[in-house]
Amino acid sequence: MLKKFFCFRKYIIFIGVFIGISATVLQKLGNPANMGICVACMERDIAGALGLHRAAVVQYIRPEIIGFVFGSLIAALIFKEFKARSGSAPLLRFVLGFLAMIGALVFLGCPWRTLLRLAGGDGNALFGLAGLITGIWVGIFFIKSGYNLGRNQRTYPLVGWIMPLIMMGLFLLLLFRPQLPSGAVFFSSQGPGSQHAPLFIALLVAMVIGFLAQRTRFCTVAAVRDVILIKDTYLFTGVISLLLAALVSNLILKQFHPGFQGQPIAHTNQWWNFGGMVLAGLAFTLAGGCPGRQLFLSGEGDADAAVFVLGMIAGAAFAHNFATASSAQGPGLWGPASVIVGLIICLVIGFSMSNLGKKKMEDKK
Amino acid sequence: MNQSIDVRGLSCPLPVVAVRNKLLEMKKGILEVLVDTGTSKDNITRMATNTDWKVEIKEEGEEYLLIISR
Repeated sequence: MLKKFFCFRKYIIFIGVFIGISATVLQKLGNPANMGICVACMERDIAGALGLHRAAVVQYIRPEIIGFVFGSLIAALIFKEFKARSGSAPLLRFVLGFLAMIGALVFLGCPWRTLLRLAGGDGNALFGLAGLITGIWVGIFFIKSGYNLGRNQRTYPLVGWIMPLIMMGLFLLLLFRPQLPSGAVFFSSQGPGSQHAPLFIALLVAMVIGFLAQRTRFCTVAAVRDVILIKDTYLFTGVISLLLAALVSNLILKQFHPGFQGQPIAHTNQWWNFGGMVLAGLAFTLAGGCPGRQLFLSGEGDADAAVFVLGMIAGAAFAHNFATASSAQGPGLWGPASVIVGLIICLVIGFSMSNLGKKKMEDKK
Repeated sequence: MNQSIDVRGLSCPLPVVAVRNKLLEMKKGILEVLVDTGTSKDNITRMATNTDWKVEIKEEGEEYLLIISR
């Protein structure tokens, strides 16, 4: 009975509304503007806090990421859905996570932040959204052509616990803030990394989201994908709820500032706002879900999703070390090139892991 | 004769796509689907009921057997 409780549409609407409101309230409580929750940005900040990149303005161990995994873990344990599984092309998933982050940091946001930027009045996000949908559409082409990363296998429970344990480690670093001679753990003293809601409020809100998302299977990429691929609007309803709730909440909190110029943590180069999200959308679709969903899956024992998350964190470090991440001034020096290379890699993965590639191999034989 | 399909271990959205393709091909009859995650079980059940198939869910240990019929 309780399991069925969450399986109907009203609960996906509820979680959409909950995320929309809580994200905008987290902004009011200190998180950066239009960034109440951004999985990509927050993982990038974690990469910075660990010193994997040295962009001094984006370094903080974001409790939201930790809370997502913990919340999902708790829901999965209560509802007996925690299943340690692994082995579906993990290295490829690492690469997809890496590339998804490269694309997201050219646009400056994940699919969640795309919605939150729109809800804050940032018109540039329209181009990111168009890119995201285009990327998902290309991914669907491959799925329809038999794209498959292979089956995972059940494995030792410990494997499924690795990601929650990594998150516990991060939580301890956040709580005790050890200062090593190297300067780690790094916490920004200015810029977006220095702006954050109170730790335990952010953690608690994220745990509730993680719990609800595990039950409802909330996913921003699957929302669009399912409408196009199987004409199912269930998840899409949740995403629209998120957008509308965030919009209303921003209007009430006086955080709605429509326009294109001078938007917070955003740039106006629309070609690469679009291009960055084509890459991110394609990589997310090829990996089976948005960055939030990958965190929720990693909380319920999916070690392949955990590898994707680690790929994203590595991608964030690369993006800042190799000047592919954008800033308010526009794309980084190597941003456009990285998107093109990333797209080529994703297309190669799509072709070679679908019937299109298999057919070619058979032709050669 | 009942048809069957094993979608265990496949990541989203492949289970629901595989079952949907099979149901489109069958048009009527009984399809048994072996599933190992709650997400796939929910997705397949929703897709099948939305397209006028009946779904019976049996829990088998940590897996599910979905019996889809029309």
